Amino acid sequence: MENIKEHDEKQMKEEQVSVYFNGIEYKVPKTVTVLEAARMNHIDIPSLCYLKDINEIGTCRVCLVEIEGVHALQASCVYPVRDGLKVKTNTERVRRARKTAVTLLLSNHHRECLTCIRNLNCELQNLADQLGIRDIPYTGEMYDYGFHNDNPVIQRDYNKCINCRRCLAICNKIQECHVYSPINRGLDTVIAPAFKKDLIEVSCIMCGQCVIACPTASLTEKESISDVWDVLSDNTKHIVVQTAPSIQVTIGEEFGMEIGSQVRGKLVAALRRLGFHKVFATDVTADLTIMEEANELIERLKEPEKLPLLSSCCPGWVKFAEHFYPEFLQNLSSCKSPHEMCGALTKSWYAKKYDLDPKDIINVAIMPCTAKKYEASRPELEVDGIRNVDFVLTTRELARMIRQAGIDFVNLPDEEYDEPFNQYSGAGTIFGATGGLFEAALRTAHYLITGDEIDIPDYTDARSQSGLKYGEITIGDKKLSIAIAHGTGNAKEALDNHRTGKKKIDYMEVMACPGGCVGGGGQPILGGKDHKKISLDYRHNRSDALYNIDKSMEIRRSHENEQIKKIYEEFLGEPLSEVSKKYLHTTYVDRGKYPYVRTNE
Amino acid sequence: MELKHISDLNQLKEIKDQSYSEINMRLKESDRNLNEIKEYQVLICSGTGCTASKSQIILKKLNQEIQKRNLINKVKVYKTGCFGFCKLGPIIVVHPERIFYCEVSEEDIDEIVDKHFCQNEVVERLLYKGDDKQVKKTIDELDFFNDQQRIALRNCGVINPEDINEYIAMDGYLMLATILEEKRDRNTIINELLNSGLRGRGGGGFPTGKKWEYALSYENDEKFVVCNADEGDPGAFMDRSILEGDPHSVIEAMTIAGYTIGASKGFVYVRAEYPIAVERLRIAINQAKELGLLGQNILNSGFNFELDIRLGAGAFVCGEETALLQSVMGMRGEPRPRPPFPAKVGLWEKPTLNNNVETYANVPIILKNGADWYNKIGTENSKGTKVFALAGQVINTGLIEVPMGTTLRTIVYNIGGGIDNQRELKAVQTGGPSGGCIPVSLIDTPIDFESLSEIGSMMGSGGLIVMDETDCMVDIARFYLEFAQDESCGKCVPCRIGTKRLLEMLTKITEGKGKEEDLKIMEELCYDIKESSLCGLGQTAPNPILSTLKYFKDEYLAHINEHKCPAGVCNALLQVVISDEKCIACGICARVCPVSAITGERKKPPYEIHQDICIKCGACIPKCPTDAIYKR
Repeated sequence: MENIKEHDEKQMKEEQVSVYFNGIEYKVPKTVTVLEAARMNHIDIPSLCYLKDINEIGTCRVCLVEIEGVHALQASCVYPVRDGLKVKTNTERVRRARKTAVTLLLSNHHRECLTCIRNLNCELQNLADQLGIRDIPYTGEMYDYGFHNDNPVIQRDYNKCINCRRCLAICNKIQECHVYSPINRGLDTVIAPAFKKDLIEVSCIMCGQCVIACPTASLTEKESISDVWDVLSDNTKHIVVQTAPSIQVTIGEEFGMEIGSQVRGKLVAALRRLGFHKVFATDVTADLTIMEEANELIERLKEPEKLPLLSSCCPGWVKFAEHFYPEFLQNLSSCKSPHEMCGALTKSWYAKKYDLDPKDIINVAIMPCTAKKYEASRPELEVDGIRNVDFVLTTRELARMIRQAGIDFVNLPDEEYDEPFNQYSGAGTIFGATGGLFEAALRTAHYLITGDEIDIPDYTDARSQSGLKYGEITIGDKKLSIAIAHGTGNAKEALDNHRTGKKKIDYMEVMACPGGCVGGGGQPILGGKDHKKISLDYRHNRSDALYNIDKSMEIRRSHENEQIKKIYEEFLGEPLSEVSKKYLHTTYVDRGKYPYVRTNE
Repeated sequence: MELKHISDLNQLKEIKDQSYSEINMRLKESDRNLNEIKEYQVLICSGTGCTASKSQIILKKLNQEIQKRNLINKVKVYKTGCFGFCKLGPIIVVHPERIFYCEVSEEDIDEIVDKHFCQNEVVERLLYKGDDKQVKKTIDELDFFNDQQRIALRNCGVINPEDINEYIAMDGYLMLATILEEKRDRNTIINELLNSGLRGRGGGGFPTGKKWEYALSYENDEKFVVCNADEGDPGAFMDRSILEGDPHSVIEAMTIAGYTIGASKGFVYVRAEYPIAVERLRIAINQAKELGLLGQNILNSGFNFELDIRLGAGAFVCGEETALLQSVMGMRGEPRPRPPFPAKVGLWEKPTLNNNVETYANVPIILKNGADWYNKIGTENSKGTKVFALAGQVINTGLIEVPMGTTLRTIVYNIGGGIDNQRELKAVQTGGPSGGCIPVSLIDTPIDFESLSEIGSMMGSGGLIVMDETDCMVDIARFYLEFAQDESCGKCVPCRIGTKRLLEMLTKITEGKGKEEDLKIMEELCYDIKESSLCGLGQTAPNPILSTLKYFKDEYLAHINEHKCPAGVCNALLQVVISDEKCIACGICARVCPVSAITGERKKPPYEIHQDICIKCGACIPKCPTDAIYKR
């Protein structure tokens, strides 16, 4: 996906045309739609199925407008502007049609707002309010398609689906997993995986982009909140919590703070107040991942046939490779993702160091990610029969817990992480944004190969939001072709290019979610009334915040992290050692494109 | 059949001359000497209707008999397309006398061969008898055909659709060959179509020439020509019959279209439920290829045009052009918003010309006879003829083609022969699920695009259903809404949910549970759905309600206020009762009743139906020997 911000700016520089909204002339770029043109000029046209650049199909009929000279009302989200176009956005005809469309949707909606997970953060609810719908004169049959939650990650309430198809669009267009399609006709139409299978039975990578895209609560994460409350009240357990790098720049949004607010200190304070015994930074094991992965790269460079090396810290991407590119599984780095490394170390090195029984340690991970819920349940990650991470909470779930506990997040004091997972480099932090892992690995690989420290410029190339970036870097006498992809559709493109020889790569960083973890499927959903621009472009602000943290850090290279040195000294020995392989590395499974066919065999 | 590759116009003309001499006895205007018949040509209708009533078995049997009696040189049997008089199928026409045999069965074959072919004597009992009980000997004497003018159907019932030479005999491929030979200017062709006034026959009525002009105007390295043969209106079979009876006319027109707009690839999108049409089309494409009239370097002109068939799975919405294109590309048939129109962004994002079967069928003959010839037929804004599938409570059901401007009265009474069983005409439904019901008071409305939409209906693709007093207009509206809801692709909200809500309201009314306020809510919702749906299906789905509400509101009110269905159709509002006077207490009704709702004592009339038990299945009604049981 193109960088939306850059795209917007490019558009503004384009040839302009005159469009009349309600009789007033506006200059707008030639290539935009009526809806975009209106929003650029602060004219509010309500919309529902529209998701900028991702889903522009005109199905909900909420953004209808009158176009002079055109008989029927037109969906403004798909109607192109042209010079002299006269648009009316606020006539009786238009208001009626919009209201009828939403009323019809509500006549097929079970309207369980009070107990709904998206209560007060629901685009349908907002529209009903905005359009002043006071009664629903049509009663009749409603969807009764039930509830699917057979997987540990994403649950589907079909009865709350409004067929906007955003999930389908993001899954097909951005992720290219093609999990969803329309099934049946008429009122029975439903957007679902083939044969209405559960997501666990199809080639879903659990990235949660569909959850982010869903305007209602039809797609939501499977909550682990009550499980975590239960362990928090269990006095026999030692409960540690770890937070992924990106959480500190996103959770503030849940409490009305500006997008991209950096709230690390408050985050730590809130977790302590929730009753966690130790609060750790996943950033530390991100540094560890760098050490392991950089060494793996060096190993593979010695045997070029083992290239390319593909990053493995994103579980959505890993599952994508397992479904769609099993022939590349040998190229995936065997490193577990940072939170799993943290989990493994708390139940081994940390347990020993602090004289705890690993069985009594509960590791809770606060992640920007739904796929990590799935990853935590993978049996192949267990060490000696013990799960590394016991519960994964998304950013959203943590925010709900904070609210349930009555903690005034915004006014919390800043607190620091607990030892021994409290010291991390800037490299570990930028893991949370696309290009960050690559940049961090480069800093360390460069040192390990050449013995020289690399200067840290701003790699604007790597950091930009374009979906697939290629580059060439020279480390010592080695020249490496690298690629950075976010959105699995882009990874697919890169792998296809590599396979056909169109563009060979030696190393690739992949983040399944557009923007990297800052755009993760577990991050805050901005469906509120204040968030008028229906797009996912807020990822930029979040990733900018991460890079700013990196910039402000004294230590910006993983191999300079004293804590990492200590872990190697006390426990692992050296990167890729036997111990490290036991605790920090894993294996992968060829899952096939049609998993349910396999299970049925 | 041996087909020789031809490479220019002259060779085509040679085939024409030869084939014409073979089939010319079938033409009305040919000279014929009936005193001394050397050869009979027997045309057996092989359209879907007659095939269903075993015409193909008859054909086989006929051939066997002819062989048995050594008449091979004297009698030749041919398949042909639909004559239109489907009510009387299977139909056999014998040339040169043009004898019209109807409702022929396998058992009649012996007699036909014996009498007609051996003794030159017509089998009178198989001839058509009109209202006046007069026997009509030849096809030209039938009133059914009198007010018709067959242009799109010109070759149906005349030629064998499985023999390309017969199509060529009727000047087929002449226009294509001439255009290619002359390297005719593309705009000349388009102007001819524009001047002819031909408008799209699929329902929308968009000027065909304009469509071609647009498709030509968008430059691209690749363009496509598509034929919409996804005829989905319940009861309509115009396009099907053209493909079954004259597939080459469509192929020729599409090839001309390809030349005109600069496309070298075409698709015919036809529903899989039309196996005969698909088969004939396949045969026709293969024959045209063999002759060099389709494929690479057609007639040595350097112009290439390949034609493929795409089968649809029978979704009504796939008749909508953008949905059709999706389906051609192998995706779920769902419409998308326009603009951009397919002429600019169509199949695989390339400019695509899409016309309906009947539209294409008109093209070669318009180009041959000229725009002025066509222009004289029809009304000011609707030129030419229109094919209709005439159905419902009319005596002569079938396929008809009339000049635009013909009144409904002519169609119902002159061609259709009036209403069955002396009942009163109530309404005529045109335009299928998108159209409306025209009341008897407007029976003199001339049929053209504008007049029909003015009175709340539409031309549509050509379904025409005649209704009488036994049809309930509320139930008719309910039927069409059920169809619309079933066929809604579910993409946009108004159609997906709105038509369901309309259907529910109608169902309530037919069950006597409606309220007068519902009518207003329903009407408003109808207008909102029309205004805001994504495609034509949704935008026109409320028409059956709006037109019946407009002309038959009293029927709605009778259901609501009096809980009565005046036509006696809506089961929930009916009672099955036994007439005291007529009942002879035979007890048959009580025996057939599946729920034992009828009681009584033998020979002590009357029997009684317990309304609380009766399920209104009506099983007792036909069993009563004295017709004492009826619905009220």
